Amino acid sequence: MTSSASALASVLAAEGSGGDDGFQAPTVEEFYPEPIFDFSILGVDFEITRITLILWIATAAMIAFMVAAVRKPSIVPGKMQFIGESGYSLIRDGMARDVIGPKGLPFAPFLASLFFFILANNAMSIVPLAQISPMSKFAFPLVLAVITWIVYNWVGIREQGAGRYFKDAAIPPGVPIGALILVTPIELLQVFVIRPFTLAVRLFANMFAGHMLLAVFSLGTVYLLTVGNFSVIFSPFAFLMALAMTFFELLVIVLQAYVFTVLTATYIAGSVEPAH
Amino acid sequence: MIDVLAELEGNIGAVGYGLAAIGPGIGVGIVWAAYIQATARQPESAGLTRTYAFLGAALSEALALIGLVAPFIYG
Repeated sequence: MTSSASALASVLAAEGSGGDDGFQAPTVEEFYPEPIFDFSILGVDFEITRITLILWIATAAMIAFMVAAVRKPSIVPGKMQFIGESGYSLIRDGMARDVIGPKGLPFAPFLASLFFFILANNAMSIVPLAQISPMSKFAFPLVLAVITWIVYNWVGIREQGAGRYFKDAAIPPGVPIGALILVTPIELLQVFVIRPFTLAVRLFANMFAGHMLLAVFSLGTVYLLTVGNFSVIFSPFAFLMALAMTFFELLVIVLQAYVFTVLTATYIAGSVEPAH
Repeated sequence: MIDVLAELEGNIGAVGYGLAAIGPGIGVGIVWAAYIQATARQPESAGLTRTYAFLGAALSEALALIGLVAPFIYG
């Protein structure tokens, strides 16, 4: 490898050993970095990897930004206050109030935390030096989906009563008796299993695939530069593709944070009001 | 004796996921097409139908996501 190429490769923190034995596509190993340090509490092993560090940094940065945005609130907002407030009102008005309804405002802080936490962590997939999103490790989206699952079931039981909530989930009103043999298992599976599963997998799959796409084109750029024959002329095209995919990734980052939150709001809306 | 003209290597799960993504792709496309059409015909209904659009898209997308994990489970 040339020095510029190895510099790029080290920025990617990739395992691109590249060079003599052909193109080495990025593998799943990328998502299992070496632990920086590990310890054990009560027999449970904890390993702090760079992905954990990225999670801490992203969350701390988002908290710092939000605190800075509203530290000195004024009637005529400054730039930071404006960004922070519009972000929050997007969630509060666009989701909590419009999707859930009048009973939704108490959920605005939960939805906003969810949105900004996912947004900050997703954004780390294109931030230089980090270049990998914690959300591309399945454990993180899974925990978020489990929290959502607990919230909408708890709200449903609290607002409608356990009997009514589970009865409506199993037997949706207005369905003919004969159709229940099909509808009941599908509805139960959908509400209690498929909803949290798809929430977690959707976010995970998008961030995982996005990172792999970027890694393939970035490593491809480096490999084509170092291949040492006429294929070098294709290297700029791989680089342009990596650039285009970075902008596409930017879209996916915001969209997936929005989709996760709007689906959470939709599920809570179904629990708050009895089906009719 | 058959000469091997072309050979494919890799995981058959990739082909399986390609097949599994066809249906959800069509389904998600229909959901959003209907949402855009509804919004174009009646712009003030956009907020009302957005929730159902996301629900429908999420429901059809579930099949693609199940297809995504199936190769990991059986692979």
